[in-house]
Amino acid sequence: MQPTVGTKIAVIDHGTGNLTSLTRALSKIGATPVRCSSPGDAEGCAAVMLPGVGSFPNGMAALSATGFAQFIQSQAHAGIPLLGVCLGMQMLFESSSEQRSTEGLGLLGGRVRPLAAGVQRLPHIGWSPVTWSIASALTAGLDAEADMYHVHSFVAEPAAEEDVLGTASHGEVFCSAVERGNIYGVQFHPEKSSEAGLRLLANFAEMASVANMKVPA
Amino acid sequence: MAFKRIIPCLDVDNGRVVKGINFLDLRDAGDPVELAERYDHGGADEIVFLDVTATSSERSTAVELASRVAERIFVPFTIGGGIRSPEDAQAVLDAGADKVAVNSAAVSDPDLISRMADRFGSQCVVLAVDARLRASGSGWEVFTAGGRKESGREAIEWITEGVSLGAGEILLTSMDRDGTQVGYDLDLLSAAVTAVSVPIIASGGAGTAQHMASAFDTGVDAALLASILHDGDETVGSVKEALLGLGVDVRSLANFS
Repeated sequence: MQPTVGTKIAVIDHGTGNLTSLTRALSKIGATPVRCSSPGDAEGCAAVMLPGVGSFPNGMAALSATGFAQFIQSQAHAGIPLLGVCLGMQMLFESSSEQRSTEGLGLLGGRVRPLAAGVQRLPHIGWSPVTWSIASALTAGLDAEADMYHVHSFVAEPAAEEDVLGTASHGEVFCSAVERGNIYGVQFHPEKSSEAGLRLLANFAEMASVANMKVPA
Repeated sequence: MAFKRIIPCLDVDNGRVVKGINFLDLRDAGDPVELAERYDHGGADEIVFLDVTATSSERSTAVELASRVAERIFVPFTIGGGIRSPEDAQAVLDAGADKVAVNSAAVSDPDLISRMADRFGSQCVVLAVDARLRASGSGWEVFTAGGRKESGREAIEWITEGVSLGAGEILLTSMDRDGTQVGYDLDLLSAAVTAVSVPIIASGGAGTAQHMASAFDTGVDAALLASILHDGDETVGSVKEALLGLGVDVRSLANFS
């Protein structure tokens, strides 16, 4: 993974999540995480990561208030590799029904809705195998079924079947990873998924390094 | 589905791992970060650190521990022991912990659970309960202060209240079985599983994989392991292999091409 060494990855800090684990994991794989509390902090980064815990309405309100909503949309359209994690993945979509109907970033078609867990307990907390639906640079070298750590009660439902990168199951089969061009999202926490998660992050950093783009000033 | 979780627990005193039998007789078992890293590589699904002798003046040691752990451990980890306020919790979460466990402080101030759940989300808040079978043989009593103080509270009732206040997970230790390796208190686990719908982590008494399989049969989601691992009798890997043989769904180690 030599190309990833020092690859600068903007980690968006919109104030609602704990970024320590994610930045530590990026350092571990040799990338250089850049914590950004405003869009200007991301200048020169080769990729953007959008983490997030908490509720969808709070997350979107924070992205709008900080100017990150527009920033992420424009960078994604420009072709900068983007990876949303957990709530960060959900916010890539058009809307969510969590608490009340709230508009998302609209980078991916589809909506976010409660997980139909049936007899299973909610939230879905723990390790579940993710089955990859398509071949992707993000999942290169991972087992066809990779165990990843999930913590969530809501799931994204992509409008386009071809955007589904991986699925997992908790009462129902749900979309656990998405990919559309340079836009990626994972419902699980790669920074908490041991070797498999670190491998996925290293793949993302390598992809960013190969794409060789930079967030402009 | 989610796999049943195997969670090594490290009791930490002044930065060193200790594990007592029936909460007494502490023995030194090594450096917590080093041990935790070994467990992560060995297939541990999560790791719990309990600062067993923490007092308010030592709060910074738990924060420092969380920070050191977060640099090297890439599975979820929980810090407990001496957390008395949302501010205490905030400090260890900011340092990289995924969850905080509260025990004595929540018994004396139950509203602490809801204040933490409101601020960080229920998924961050683990209610740790140390329970001992009553002398009458019927029901369990909650003990606090590392098992030293009777609270007078009934354990199952307290667990139910804790969940209604926002606890996202219950770490349930049988003090009668702790460190004995004679098997879990299955009646206690069954009663808890029936009472609440959040995940239960079974603790106290694991000596063999069969003990853990029996605990999982009650419906608990995770098994906490300490002395069985620290003494070197078993590894996380050997435990998981045995559990797979017994038909328990656990995560096995990833293979990379």
